[in-house]
Amino acid sequence: MSNTVISKDLANKKLRVTRTFAAPLEKVWKAWTVSDLLDKWWAPKPWKAVTKTMDFREGGLWLYYMLGPNGEQFWSRVDITIVDSPNSFSATCVFCDENGTPNADTPPMHWFNRFKADGENTIVDVTLSFNTEEGMQKIIAMGFEGGFSMGLDNLEELLAAG
Amino acid sequence: MRRDIFQAIADPTRRAILSLLALQAMTPNALAQHFDSTRQAVSKHIKILTECEVVKQKQSGREIYYHANLQKMKEIDIWLDQFRKQWEDRFDQLDDVLKDL
Repeated sequence: MSNTVISKDLANKKLRVTRTFAAPLEKVWKAWTVSDLLDKWWAPKPWKAVTKTMDFREGGLWLYYMLGPNGEQFWSRVDITIVDSPNSFSATCVFCDENGTPNADTPPMHWFNRFKADGENTIVDVTLSFNTEEGMQKIIAMGFEGGFSMGLDNLEELLAAG
Repeated sequence: MRRDIFQAIADPTRRAILSLLALQAMTPNALAQHFDSTRQAVSKHIKILTECEVVKQKQSGREIYYHANLQKMKEIDIWLDQFRKQWEDRFDQLDDVLKDL
């Protein structure tokens, strides 16, 4: 419903995304924590998110891949670190192979996702943070999710065209 | 090594240099006076900023002046727009999921 708000704090290695949804808190929480539901919305079209395993609890793991229109697969593992149901959860995301073995070259991205009831609506507030400046820069350069979104190469094309 | 706007702003000293140059063009000496680091260290950052095309050098008489290339810095905003769009697409899909729940 409301527009997505992005705030950048590049100096502190943080990006924040907030948005209001026309649904009660428990439904929004469910959509963020149940893999069948996540698979329906997590990947921006034309990509699809496909969950291999989901164990949503502190110390649990969500292992999934992004499936591209040409059959590309980008695997990610999301290690869930803190759960305060249904108010917030924290997790660390890295790229990996299909067995969940992390790709040593990709810097971790941390999520702090907060959910707050606002009347009939729910406010979702996502903070993405990085350990190092280099890490953030690398993730930014990769277009955040390993190629399914727009990377810098595309950006250069865009700028050249624009 | 990659040379782009993200490389340029990845370092706190380089961000400070860009903040100063965004206000006014400066000579190497004037710029170096703002930093505790050695003149060589500042020059090294300037070299990277120049290679990233966010800083340009202009000769004025006997002095060289560094200028911020603000156009180049807009790339960050363009990238952020893409980032926003990605999340908007994602959230529009979440809206649909929530309707069916």
